[in-house]
Amino acid sequence: MDQDPPESSIVVCPDGPLIVRGDFEIVTPSGEPVPRERKTVALCRCGASAIKPYCDGTHKMIKFRTDPRG
Amino acid sequence: MRIPEPRGPISGTLLDVLAGAPAGPAEALAGLRELTLNRLAETADIIGDDDAQLALFCLYELHYSGLDGVTDAWEWDAGLIQVRQALEKPFEAALRAAAGDAAGELDLPAAADLTSDAVADVLFSLAGRDTGPSVSRYVARKASLDQLKELLIHKSVYQLKEADPHTWAIPRLSGRAKAALVEIQADEYGGGRPDRMHSALFARTMRGLGMDDSYGAYIDTVPAVSLAAVNLMSLCGLNRRLRGAIIGHLAIYEMTSSQPNRFYGNGFRRHGFDAGVTHYFDEHVEADAVHEQIAGRDLAGGLVEAEPELLDDVLFGATAVMAIDIRLSAHLLESWENGRSSLRAAMPVAA
Repeated sequence: MDQDPPESSIVVCPDGPLIVRGDFEIVTPSGEPVPRERKTVALCRCGASAIKPYCDGTHKMIKFRTDPRG
Repeated sequence: MRIPEPRGPISGTLLDVLAGAPAGPAEALAGLRELTLNRLAETADIIGDDDAQLALFCLYELHYSGLDGVTDAWEWDAGLIQVRQALEKPFEAALRAAAGDAAGELDLPAAADLTSDAVADVLFSLAGRDTGPSVSRYVARKASLDQLKELLIHKSVYQLKEADPHTWAIPRLSGRAKAALVEIQADEYGGGRPDRMHSALFARTMRGLGMDDSYGAYIDTVPAVSLAAVNLMSLCGLNRRLRGAIIGHLAIYEMTSSQPNRFYGNGFRRHGFDAGVTHYFDEHVEADAVHEQIAGRDLAGGLVEAEPELLDDVLFGATAVMAIDIRLSAHLLESWENGRSSLRAAMPVAA
């Protein structure tokens, strides 16, 4: 039986952010909505973004790596 | 767009011809094509040729907002398309040569390993290259108010119709690449909110500096290379055979945008401008960090997975924009560091 794809998805970008697409909310721990200007967002996972929780591309400057490399 | 001042025999004759109707004497168009071919044969540097770039810019503008007083019937006139092709052929050759220089030695994966991730890797590594002195750092630290205005004038040639040249590619793609391009473009066009279209945000920045935000208001002041930067996009956007190139162009554009836009915003904040003026730049820091991932992997990567033979064109578009950008940056910095204007004519006073 064909299954519909899930409503939302998170793309785990190599050496980069998490791209979140679909139907979701971003909220603070107390449940307040985090200002959001676009449907699909990139969430910081290197920790160095100046606009967290969103990505600003800084992972490239700090050479953030998601996989250990030799 | 208002009719610009001619910059030589090609643009002058072209604007004369366009003032008439397409049904006019065929000799006028044949003469224009002949003149164009003769002039271009003598041009060593078409990218820096004011007359050729302005003529090409006007011909392309017929497909966008049109030219004031010029009938839309000219858009698909076969004789006029021939004139455009006479300009496009040597322009593309010059771009390919410049792109080859900018690309240098490229470390490409084997054809069998051309996954979308591998394509994104190649593009990210190209975008990460040190391409010399940075206009955005200069703007952040040193640019005067007049230099900020000059920056906006150069950028306005594209940014007041931001995203339009890449939109031509949508019906030429399919599947994953098409969905990716539509997702990026929807965001560029404000996600359904006209005031949030990137072109509208840029217009707001211009108005914040007391400038005229109508398309082409400053066209007579920008040098050939600023027109060439937009002509490159129109060339690749309007020719289906170059669909790989317009995708490579967009990918590099997005990949080299987040950090410079932060610096541009800082330059305007340094002069005391508020969030209304810097919104355009702040928006791009966030938006382009999303777009570069989609553009690298799903758009360019998805296209090359579907049509592997387009890799070379994707790389051409990517390195051509780098080559033009290096040249424009060098011109801006050389002008500003020597206390000169980077414009070819004085800035008109806003109406």
